Amino acid sequence: MKITTEMVEYISQLSRLSLPEEEKQAMTAQLEQIVDYMDVLNQLDTTGIEPMSHVFPVKNVLREDVVEPSFDRALLLANAPVPDEEAFLTPKSVE
Amino acid sequence: MTWETVIGLETHVELATRTKIFCSCTTQFGGAPNTHCCPVCTGMPGALPVLNRAVLEFAVKAGLALNCQITRYSKFDRKNYFYPDLPKAYQISQLYLPIARGGRVELHTPAGDSAVGIHEIHMEEDAGKLVHDPWIDQTRADYNRCGVPLIEIVTEPDFRSADQVIAYLEKLKETLQYLGVSDCKMQEGSLRCDVNLSVRPMGSTEFGTRTEMKNLNSFKAIARAIDYEARRQIELLEEGRRVVQETRRWDENKDATYAMRSKENAQDYRYFPEPDIPPIELSEEYLDELRASQPELAEEKRARYQAQYGLPAYDCQMITLDKALADFFEELVELGTPAKQAANWIMGEVLGALSTKGLEPRDMKLTAKTLAHLIALVGAGKLNRNTAVKVFEAVFDEDGDVDAYVKDHGLEQVSDAGVLEDAVTQVLAANPQSVADFQGGKEKAFGFLVGQVMRQLKGKADPKLVNALLRKALGGA
Amino acid sequence: MELRERTALELGAAIQKGEVSVAEATQAALDAIGEQDGTLNSFITVTGERALERAERLQKGVKDAASPLYGVPMALKDNICTKGVKTSCASKILGDFKPPYDATVVEKLAAAGAVSLGKLNMDEFAMGSTSETSYYGPTRNPWDLDRAPGGSSGGAAAAVAAGLGWYAIGSDTGGSIRQPAAYCGITGMKPTYGTVSRYGLIAYASSLDQMGPLCRDAADCAAVLDVLQGRDRRDSTSLEGDYGHLLASLTGDMRGMRIGIPSECFADGLDDEVRRSVLAVADVLKRRGAQLVELSFPVMEYVVPTYYIIAAAEASSNLSRFDGVKYGWRAEGYEDLTDLYNKTRTQGFGLEVKRRILLGTFVLSTGYYDAYYKKALQVKAVIKRAFDETFTRCDMLLTPVSPTTAPKLGASLSDPLKMYLSDIYTVSVNLAGLPGLSMPCGFDAKGLPIGAQLIGPHFGEGRLLNAAYAFQQDTDYHKQMPKGGERA
Repeated sequence: MKITTEMVEYISQLSRLSLPEEEKQAMTAQLEQIVDYMDVLNQLDTTGIEPMSHVFPVKNVLREDVVEPSFDRALLLANAPVPDEEAFLTPKSVE
Repeated sequence: MTWETVIGLETHVELATRTKIFCSCTTQFGGAPNTHCCPVCTGMPGALPVLNRAVLEFAVKAGLALNCQITRYSKFDRKNYFYPDLPKAYQISQLYLPIARGGRVELHTPAGDSAVGIHEIHMEEDAGKLVHDPWIDQTRADYNRCGVPLIEIVTEPDFRSADQVIAYLEKLKETLQYLGVSDCKMQEGSLRCDVNLSVRPMGSTEFGTRTEMKNLNSFKAIARAIDYEARRQIELLEEGRRVVQETRRWDENKDATYAMRSKENAQDYRYFPEPDIPPIELSEEYLDELRASQPELAEEKRARYQAQYGLPAYDCQMITLDKALADFFEELVELGTPAKQAANWIMGEVLGALSTKGLEPRDMKLTAKTLAHLIALVGAGKLNRNTAVKVFEAVFDEDGDVDAYVKDHGLEQVSDAGVLEDAVTQVLAANPQSVADFQGGKEKAFGFLVGQVMRQLKGKADPKLVNALLRKALGGA
Repeated sequence: MELRERTALELGAAIQKGEVSVAEATQAALDAIGEQDGTLNSFITVTGERALERAERLQKGVKDAASPLYGVPMALKDNICTKGVKTSCASKILGDFKPPYDATVVEKLAAAGAVSLGKLNMDEFAMGSTSETSYYGPTRNPWDLDRAPGGSSGGAAAAVAAGLGWYAIGSDTGGSIRQPAAYCGITGMKPTYGTVSRYGLIAYASSLDQMGPLCRDAADCAAVLDVLQGRDRRDSTSLEGDYGHLLASLTGDMRGMRIGIPSECFADGLDDEVRRSVLAVADVLKRRGAQLVELSFPVMEYVVPTYYIIAAAEASSNLSRFDGVKYGWRAEGYEDLTDLYNKTRTQGFGLEVKRRILLGTFVLSTGYYDAYYKKALQVKAVIKRAFDETFTRCDMLLTPVSPTTAPKLGASLSDPLKMYLSDIYTVSVNLAGLPGLSMPCGFDAKGLPIGAQLIGPHFGEGRLLNAAYAFQQDTDYHKQMPKGGERA
């Protein structure tokens, strides 16, 4: 299948990546080659086969509704590039 | 041309669980920013979700109460998008196999009875809270709400008026509260509603282009936003313009909807099955158990109160507006209070006090035991009704001790015939003019004399007895 | 015998007997790291002081040790969360991220008396087959410093092979333990999916990731797995039950074991020297009583595309949380929120990671989901069924680990598709959630180690380890040690 620059731009935007022009060109070609190769799956008739998202028949893994202590806030904020004492900070993100 | 408004609702309801949907942090409202958090709900690398049993149970209960088909094999999916209130950059939700589908809710409005279809109910996690700080021009992300469990209830586009929408929401709120599944407090955001609305020429079977309205924080806002948006769309169409499919924000102050700044990117959520959470398979026994444990809902209670206690429809309606209130009523009756008296006290004094103090019935400290005792004192002739109201007001806030209060304030009703007769004699002697007036046929003078006797006894007398004694004395005079 | 030539169990026994102190062993490892790792670059973070302090503490409890690995120094791949110790996934984007918690396996190892020497180099976010995509520079193969150690657990394999620690914990999403183990001449095991908790493993592809040991031999692997295995309430995909006490179950008895040899795994594209060495394993096991079964595994051509579609899809979602807000590195000079995201992610991720994120985004995007992602999940079901069917005819499979021995540094990066194709023998094991073991079975003409892979049914760890144990009773490939890094 043909991968166009527009498609790469669209999925880049969805992925929050902005590739420099030359990287974008190379990426387009590589993705096309890889996706082309993946098309081999079309040779296999999978009509009526249930997609398998979980490989084991594990089910109903549940936790009791019992409160446990939350984490120390300082520990959770310790790795933030730009924190203050009580929150993670971002550029303006509310209207 | 006449137009028809077509409305569908997406309602997010916060479940009343103790812990979050995928971790053991508390769901308590409020709290200092980021203090109800752990690696799971802040999206720390390597942390994994584990589903809360109560979330599943509450979602199924809601599904059963809304007459849905419960999905026997259900799964979670990831909804991917970037936003700072979503620390994992994906929301764990349900797309392909939601927990419930195909329900139906009956509505009663002044315009008549109708029904609305429930398209589906799915479980998902709430996002965090963003607050912009203009002083530092930065937005603070608080993840206390991240992972608070929600169900989203999606209706079919079956509403044709704001009245129907409000009737549905009231019934939904009532039902979920009765189930104990949610407290449905709109002001705390535990019930949030997005309205999808389009208009079409009356008689048309095709849908028009719809808009989605957000930020609707009260039933009043919803009703007004619906009216506004329907009018806006009709005007556009009548002017030969078209409706743009978009998300609009209701501005409470301006009484208008505004198009939200269009997202810079197309919404392509790339849903796929959540690999970290195994599927849910529900057995018939599990569903039977939940069916059996479903509490009596408001409508059923209303019917029962009418039949069992012979209460007027209006009383039944009022008492069952809130489950806590209905529970209170049933407790009173259980404690021996006559049903009608219990209803009167609830509709009068209890609702009055709650409204004055801005309290929800479930936050009331007064116990049924205390009120039942108070009502019993009146019944036994130990307190008169007016005094009892004063006692009620005194004990309401902290569920005070009725007997102690009555004793401390010397409020026991005077029923001693000798004391009463003395008072009557004194009052008659002191008010010869009134006695003469009464005997001259002025019935009003009798009321004055009753009042004087009551005053003499500091309001603690049984008015019935005073009446009788006074008549006897006057008649005999 | 030099300390570094001993296995982890031998060292553990010496510590028990008081012949070696925990601190001596730890110091010896730190000395070896100091000497060799300047060239090998197998560690990203060495926690020497911490390790020595812990060694002193552990020494006091030697008498009460419950695990045969008590006091044995080891190291962790740098995608396993360690509280307060930098965990980078070999990516720029994680910066100096110090997790606020320990992974479950780290807790288990600590309880068993392990001494952690530090965090090991790897391909960035475990995406790669050579450990060259690391932001911290490539790891070198201790057998030939111009060659790659394999990947993505290349640091783990190189360190254990060179004697910089007695065992390591790696992660395996499509062969990331087995292939570097093969390239570095050590024994590594990817356990049954769900038997080792993933809590605290920074996810690449959640449905495929599994942690496991890289060791000197099969017995060490068994001992480490005895520590790691078990249901964890924090990982919903972890399985009930375990595979029993593995170390105690090793007998070397292969009588009655049916070893399947899938013809498709020995067809074109496989290096001749590798083919000969791997098939020779069958002969050794046969002499020990195993039965050989020639069979066909007809879905081989589908395994690589299926794997890359599923892994990339999950990765694109798992790696979205790295955005410069909550932890790690943030780009400078951004104009607004979207620009912050774009700049941080574009500059913070390496090329291979970006390639897989884009690929994963593509296969999940509107219009392509059914054709690629859903299709891959269907083929996964077909592959799983093929394995189920195969394991009715044999008890385990013998295959190569990789088509060749270790490649030259820089040879693989230019052609990503070619690199993906080299994973052909390992990825199907992850798709089906099976246990897979890699062990040294010879050397090629250039003196590079060759690995053989054993694949078992679910919970088949015991029989795979026993087969490897049997093989290692009769061979000494696993005892060979490389020249290692250049002495400083």
